[in-house]
Amino acid sequence: MNTLIVLSGVAVLILILELINFRKGIVPLSILGLATGIWATFVEEPFVSTDIYQMVTDNQPSRWFSTLFILLTIGIVALGQDFYKSRSAKLSDFISLKIFVLIGAVCMITFEHMVMFFIGLEILSIALYVLAASVPEKIKSNEAGMKYFLLGSFASGFVLFGIALMYGATSSFYLNEIILNLSNPDIPKWLPIGFAMIVIGMLFKIAAFPFHFWAPDVYQGSPALTTATMSTLAKVAAMATLFKLSLSLQSVMPEIYFNILYILIICTLFVGNIVALKQKNIKRLLAYSGISHAGFMMFTLLTVESSIQDLLYYATAYATAGIAAFAVILYVTENKKEELILHFRGLGKRSPLMAFILTLALLSMAGIPILSGFFAKFFLFKTALSNGFLTLVILGVINSIISIYYYFRVIITMYTFKNDEHQSIELSNSKIYPIIAICFIIINIGIGLFPSYLLELI
Amino acid sequence: MNISFLLLIYLVGAFVTYFSGKKLAKTVALITSIIGLICWGSYLPEMINGKTITESYPWIEVMNINLHFYLDGLSYSMLALCSILLPIIISTTKNAQFEKANTLYALVLFMAFAMCGTFLSIDGFVYYIFWELALIPIFFIGLIWGNDEFKVRKKTMITFFIYTFAGSLLMLVAFVYLYMQNGSFDWNTLKQTSLSVKEANWIYLAFFLAYAIKIPVFPFHTWQANTYEKSPAIGTMLLSGIMLKMGLYSILRWQLPLTQGVESHIVKTVIVLCIIGIIYASLIALKQNHIKRLLAYSSMAHVGLIAAGAYTNSIDGTQGAIIQMLAHGFVVVGLFYIAEIIYSRYQTYHLNEMSGIRSQAVKLSSFFLIFVFSSIGLPGTFSFVGEFTLLYSLSTVNLWYAIFAGTTIIIGAYYMLKMFQISMLGAENSRAFADVSTKEFVILSVLVICIIGLGIYPEPIYKLISLTHPIF
Repeated sequence: MNTLIVLSGVAVLILILELINFRKGIVPLSILGLATGIWATFVEEPFVSTDIYQMVTDNQPSRWFSTLFILLTIGIVALGQDFYKSRSAKLSDFISLKIFVLIGAVCMITFEHMVMFFIGLEILSIALYVLAASVPEKIKSNEAGMKYFLLGSFASGFVLFGIALMYGATSSFYLNEIILNLSNPDIPKWLPIGFAMIVIGMLFKIAAFPFHFWAPDVYQGSPALTTATMSTLAKVAAMATLFKLSLSLQSVMPEIYFNILYILIICTLFVGNIVALKQKNIKRLLAYSGISHAGFMMFTLLTVESSIQDLLYYATAYATAGIAAFAVILYVTENKKEELILHFRGLGKRSPLMAFILTLALLSMAGIPILSGFFAKFFLFKTALSNGFLTLVILGVINSIISIYYYFRVIITMYTFKNDEHQSIELSNSKIYPIIAICFIIINIGIGLFPSYLLELI
Repeated sequence: MNISFLLLIYLVGAFVTYFSGKKLAKTVALITSIIGLICWGSYLPEMINGKTITESYPWIEVMNINLHFYLDGLSYSMLALCSILLPIIISTTKNAQFEKANTLYALVLFMAFAMCGTFLSIDGFVYYIFWELALIPIFFIGLIWGNDEFKVRKKTMITFFIYTFAGSLLMLVAFVYLYMQNGSFDWNTLKQTSLSVKEANWIYLAFFLAYAIKIPVFPFHTWQANTYEKSPAIGTMLLSGIMLKMGLYSILRWQLPLTQGVESHIVKTVIVLCIIGIIYASLIALKQNHIKRLLAYSSMAHVGLIAAGAYTNSIDGTQGAIIQMLAHGFVVVGLFYIAEIIYSRYQTYHLNEMSGIRSQAVKLSSFFLIFVFSSIGLPGTFSFVGEFTLLYSLSTVNLWYAIFAGTTIIIGAYYMLKMFQISMLGAENSRAFADVSTKEFVILSVLVICIIGLGIYPEPIYKLISLTHPIF
């Protein structure tokens, strides 16, 4: 609860800073505020859920997921300092919207009352709709915002209807009371239906097949930093929430639900990876690769009992690599209309450090050993195998192999150049992009070298 | 002394080399590799007395994964290959030859680190990580410093990478499956797993796929000739001299001990595939005009024989395989080096564009002849000892295997001597060809001394292997 209060305070404070015309302080202060948020997460008395009519819970997983979200937001906010340089008049809006996304994410992972969950979802979504459409002069950005808003509100409708049905079945909004009702033999049929509708809404948020069609267009049209937010923070938050819901409520579902989930996972993996092979725009490429990563994270839904550590690990590995990659993308494509893979030609020569970081980030996503992406996949596969999902694991392995191709296409492009061509690449002169990229890639490698620390947290 | 010290030398050396700047890079790399060689030598007294060294540090405790290193005759011979060849390979390069030389040498040392790690680790998971780590430097070495146009090179290297990576992922699945049964990746534990015949078969095949691609065994060889051709000389030497031995080593270390219960018809199929590969590669080598491609196919024929011998899982097969791995390493590096020397003088790898070099470069052609003879397996060279033992081990399983595998010596003699004849003898060449320089002379002499010295007196190697290898 403290976390939410602190974060909301920061978000409002940022808006006030704008009023008193203290723009320089916006980013540093919000980073400071976010760091306080992490501190606030841990000073709370553990395992007490009496706050505001017990609408929020506080346990070890929710704490660590909140910490992860805050950490990602710190990266995103810091990148914002230079990203919004040309539009500094609106800096406070953008930064506070990013923090609102975070508030939504924290609400979603800490909810105990279904209304809290829905409010969190909406705070996150609405902030993202605005951010997606935040370059009004660009038609693509408008398109992205509109598409995301229309489809997203539809998905929210599903979630809301699902919550209503669950209330109808159990006459409670409290997660723990709903769970108590699950063992009741004459449970109404619409409880599973309600849960399925919530799952559909959440699958939309994480861009899983067949609810993924919005992702590439929205990712491509939105400003790059918004894309970074959506593909790291929002996706991971939605996934963690879906996992939390599944952990409590999945036992009510009939066998066929798991079969459908199984098929959806396989389709998500293949659709994401195969379509990614041919992409020319790097944001689109990361969108499709993000779809396949969602597929990997959905492995945990089949083995909810034993895989919360796996999910936390995967989420951290994927999101830190994502932020590092986006920092480099921003660095390279700052003054360009589009973010084509072509723009990365010769980066290896022009800026070896940034090329190296993007290489590591992509290698991590591809799952090459010693980078944390490998361990993330490994832990997932291990848990899946011990639960008897051999076919799924083999399909997962095949998908890892497919994904190597497109990640390596980008890597190779960076080290391609004709004579002197590399001189012509315009790079940003920002100092913050490299710093954030380095920090996040170090986190990524660090949890790869010492995976036990992260696994033992929960 | 700790075994992990050797790994540290290479790893730290790689970083120091990177930061030492372009001019110093080669010197630093060379010094590092020589320190590595000394470090390897310091274990010799213990190893020759038949001791084994073990070392273990906890790493991922939740999953019972340890950095568990183990040095016995098998891994020690492999380390010998790595630590002796590495200074040689590094010194073959010319000083001002490469752009961004510091990155190149750092990658080479990093690769040596990964390869030594592969040979030393007996925790399956750590072993797998080192196995994959070795792949990344060689990918970049081929990509950035390779021959030919970038587009062609890019295609070759990415094929190579995806191919090898795909194979090893299935090995990982096999490891995880074994882990499920034991709760540990440790070699000592995994060895004692009781697997049903069906499980053993599948695991055997998963391992085989990974190693067959790496070695390469027919029909998984398609990446090899292109990759050898496109890689720079230093990359080709690392690949053929050391890296493909990772696959052969792993057969002996992991595949055979872990899958004792495998059905014999699968083993037979695998051996037959190796033998098909031997004949197939020899026949293709006959038709090659590009000297690096010819050597690539001849190399494939030789390692096919090693793999076939290793898969017999007999004492002779194991001994022969280890000896031939060492011999092949020295010979193939020598041959590729000579190809590179010719290239540096004539700017061509095509045989029909060279002739009559012998009249201008007597020393070079003498060295070349020794390597050619050694490659064919002439008595007195180290390769003879290895090939003979391998063929003998095959004949104890089935005489026909030995007969068919033996054709490699006959066809091999034909194409190797033909290569020698076309390039060194024949009509006089009007273009000037300088004979070997002092540096080249020293490097080639070291290789020749290893080949002939061990050919005449292979006893220490036998002793090293037989004292510590568990099969005896």
